[in-house]
Amino acid sequence: MIRIDCPVCGIRDESEFTYGGDATVVRPAMGEAALKPWIDYVFMRDNPRGAHREYWHHVVGCRQWLVLERDTLSHMVGTCSLARDAA
Amino acid sequence: MGGFRLSSGGRVDRSRRMDVRFDGRGLQAHPGDTLASALLASGEDIVARGFKYHRARGIYSAGVEEPNAYVHLRQGARHEPNARATTSEVFDGLCATSQNAWPDVRLDIGAVTGYLSPFLSAGFYYKTFVGPFKGTRFWMICESFIRKAAGMGRGIKVSDPDSYEKVNAFCDLLVVGAGASGLAAALTAGQAGADVILVEQDFELGGSLLSQPVGGVCDDWLAAVKSQLNDLPNVRILTRTTAFGAYEQDVYGLVEHVSDHLQAPENNQPRQRYWLVHTKQAVLVTGAIERPLVFANNDLPGVMLAGSIQSYANRFGVLAGQRIVLCSNNNSAYQVAVQLAHASADVTLVDARPDMPQDVADMLAKAGVTIMTGKAVIAAKGRRGVTGAMIVPVDKTGKATGVPVRVACDVIGVSGGWSPVVHLWSHRFGKPRFDEAAAAFVPGDIGGETVQCAGRMVAAQTLGERIDSGIGAAKATLNALELKPSGTSLPATPEIQLDTGWSQDMLAIWAITDATRMTKGKAFVDIQHDVKLSDLDQAYSEGYVSVEHLKRYTTTGMAPDQGKTSNIITLARVAELSGKTIPNTGTTTFRPPFTPVTIGALVGHEHGEHFAATRMSPIHDWHMKNGAVMSEAGAWMRPWYYPEGNESLREAYIREAAHVRKHVGIVDVSTLGKIAVQGPDAAEFLNRVYVNGWKTLQVGRLRYGVMLREDGFVMDDGATARLGEFDYFMSTTTANAAKVLALSEHLLQTAWRDLKVHVTSVTDQWAAFAVAGPKARDLLQSVLSGADISREAMPNNHFVTGEIAETKVRLHRMSYSGELAYEIYVPSGFSRHVWGCLIEAGKAFGLRPYGTEAMGALRIEKGHVAGPEIEGRTTLKDLGLAGFASSKKPFVGSVLKDRPVLVDPARATLVGLSVKGETGAVAGSLIYGAGQPKQGHGEGWVSSTTYSPALGHPIALALIQNGKARMGEDVQVVNHLENQTLMAQIVSPYFFDPKGERQNA
Ligand SMILES: [Zn+2]
Repeated sequence: MIRIDCPVCGIRDESEFTYGGDATVVRPAMGEAALKPWIDYVFMRDNPRGAHREYWHHVVGCRQWLVLERDTLSHMVGTCSLARDAA
Repeated sequence: MGGFRLSSGGRVDRSRRMDVRFDGRGLQAHPGDTLASALLASGEDIVARGFKYHRARGIYSAGVEEPNAYVHLRQGARHEPNARATTSEVFDGLCATSQNAWPDVRLDIGAVTGYLSPFLSAGFYYKTFVGPFKGTRFWMICESFIRKAAGMGRGIKVSDPDSYEKVNAFCDLLVVGAGASGLAAALTAGQAGADVILVEQDFELGGSLLSQPVGGVCDDWLAAVKSQLNDLPNVRILTRTTAFGAYEQDVYGLVEHVSDHLQAPENNQPRQRYWLVHTKQAVLVTGAIERPLVFANNDLPGVMLAGSIQSYANRFGVLAGQRIVLCSNNNSAYQVAVQLAHASADVTLVDARPDMPQDVADMLAKAGVTIMTGKAVIAAKGRRGVTGAMIVPVDKTGKATGVPVRVACDVIGVSGGWSPVVHLWSHRFGKPRFDEAAAAFVPGDIGGETVQCAGRMVAAQTLGERIDSGIGAAKATLNALELKPSGTSLPATPEIQLDTGWSQDMLAIWAITDATRMTKGKAFVDIQHDVKLSDLDQAYSEGYVSVEHLKRYTTTGMAPDQGKTSNIITLARVAELSGKTIPNTGTTTFRPPFTPVTIGALVGHEHGEHFAATRMSPIHDWHMKNGAVMSEAGAWMRPWYYPEGNESLREAYIREAAHVRKHVGIVDVSTLGKIAVQGPDAAEFLNRVYVNGWKTLQVGRLRYGVMLREDGFVMDDGATARLGEFDYFMSTTTANAAKVLALSEHLLQTAWRDLKVHVTSVTDQWAAFAVAGPKARDLLQSVLSGADISREAMPNNHFVTGEIAETKVRLHRMSYSGELAYEIYVPSGFSRHVWGCLIEAGKAFGLRPYGTEAMGALRIEKGHVAGPEIEGRTTLKDLGLAGFASSKKPFVGSVLKDRPVLVDPARATLVGLSVKGETGAVAGSLIYGAGQPKQGHGEGWVSSTTYSPALGHPIALALIQNGKARMGEDVQVVNHLENQTLMAQIVSPYFFDPKGERQNA
């Protein structure tokens, strides 16, 4: 059971959020017409051991998409920011 | 054997006797007893039968490590299998029965399997059922026999009458374990002002101090500490509470056994309470479990852990037997020997080490203990219980060096050292470290930022060391919490005679055998799972050299006790066989739960109707009052059909659907997802999420749209209305509302941050009704004011706002049924009123409500796709929707929808089936060409099926390979589950009014 420090709502239980996948992938531009970038975006994922950046959605809170640092080995979480503010 | 209650001593209330029964026989039990101490006090030697060989088993320990004494507790709906007698408190009316024995533990017919024992060796299950037996029949016969013979407790099939609850708790410091060092830690932190939760699995605080003689110095210390703790409002004490798991971010799972010590819960209390404790710091003080020594017949009733004999004597006033042989390889048995001798037992201490310090020897001799050094017990003697011990000189590895001599006794106490309970630490931090001096695994060097360990758990030996380590651990957490110790000192540490610990001069032997490492008679490593020393040897010789493989092959450590007494011995034996050290051989990986947790406690109130939220439309009450049969659609309850008289589902929906085509019907579609899409870039947003174009949609109009997932498959469909320049009202299907909103939010907050758009769910704010049928316009014109909905003024895909029954409503003209139809959107709070007015006004037009089944029949007749077709594996092309996709703009999934695999012409595409006969097809049936063998996955499948009232025969929608080119072809529709084959003809999915004349009327 992890707890996530939502920048809007404060520290909340994991059960208020849904996991939204890898936050390091970048969606191709709307105009991108080639298959490969889209295949990479939708299907290709690394499975890193250790530090990772993930999307979490505060579905029963503020409904903001968040970028959370989480260690896939220890399950320890680090900083959490709004996805809209993420670099 | 032959346990009995001593004439004095113990922490039980001898003034009260409780009515406690085992297999119908009354026990001598007092408040403060466990079921095990009551059994022992009553001379019940045999309390269970072994798992495989059905050998007689007695009480082995006094705690959670118990491998034998598992019983059925209570009767009726509160019957509980696998209750541990050693931790079950007695209560008035307690009724326990033996398990795994027939007809009785004292005379078990199953014990005959002892003669079959050569066939039950290591890997028995694997070997027996891999082999020349064709098919499964032989397996099934054997399985039924084995299950009957080898089962643990018997479950029941009636509902649990009790309730369970969940609590979230927060604290500065969680102290797990209220032995001497845990109490010291809690008091130190509590006095410094920390918010402390102290957890103890026992019903009394004190841990091993409770096993010291009543009225001694330990009791004074305990009383003083308890009274100081009780005075601290910032210390919460939870007894009868097990910390079963430690989780990341310092969350601990606890189960409080609120009412397990009662016949039934009282005062509306739950049976158990599940605590999730979020703490800043934790001190784990979970103690240590005594280790057995393995020898022949070490499972005989009367063989017990040495420390547990001491517990029964001092805590419960019960002597396990009159003549006790203690077999030890370490100093901790000295104190046991002296105290048992003081309690009037005839004690022989057999110490495997050649020497004993003279002062100790003098003390033992003075107490009347017979001493044998350099010797050990190589076999227990007796049939139904211990009658003697075979004692033999041994070398430093536990191998016999001489001839055994029989010593008469009725109890053999064993002490092979102690295993710290590192479970909770290991849940968090993995592999423990092997401490050579203590010959035991202890917590490793990580985790100290938030988790401290203390007491026997870190192999602290004397009471003084244990208390000091508790204080030290507490101070470390205070430092982390930035709190200052109060300066108040704890009561002075009591002096106990022979408080030696176990590690000094310990001889790390694990088993006593002959010179060739064999035993005369079965020598059990895992007593609960009947795994013998010879099974480990055999598995090893068969190539199971990895301890992880060997454990699974022999099933050692895999019973409900999870090898609390056996794991380390298994490791030691494998280490010996391989010539490696114990830490190089492996460790045990500990996983929650520490002791079994009732599923009820984890479920809490979340079962039945409380399992998940139920969503109801604002018209729900009306549906119920008017006899609707409801069906679940995700979390929603929706009217399925409204039976008249004794109508069946089929009769009702056929009538309802036919009524819509002939007159007019009304259906509650409030469950549709509704999303307000607002902002200057709203049209651009819609352009991106829908496959079709939105820039040309005018205010006052609406449009049907289809959405894809990022991977190019169809996700959802629905209509969106343009309410204002920057204001759109999107509707989604009931099932996909949450998914569409979440994806929209994701895109707007990540990749499309530049779009000025806001999306908000308004599903609950708006109720919606569809009014459909040739008389729909006439009906609505009779109640609507403020808007012109004539054919000329309001064609399809237009909306107007007006008033019905003095309530502002919005009317969308669009049709799902294929009839002249409108959707009426009403603010939820007024919807029941408006619905009522429509029903009332509708009487003159023959208005009838219809449910989702009739709605489905109508849409299938029209060939509209819905959930069964948009099921995540279908493309626009598969569903005949490719024409909607704009080629002038990119949209979500626009590139990936053209992946080769998704444009393969052999893909199954949507067709209609005109099904022959009256039966109708079953959704999910497979399609095979006429005359083709009905094998494999077929050429397609039936997605939706109904009887068509309009056509007068069954129809279906199906996805069939190359479907469009096969119009007119006859195919077989096969339901393999029920062995049913129907014939059908492939037709257009637009069964009824394909030109749409009725909806445009
Ligand atoms: Zn939030």
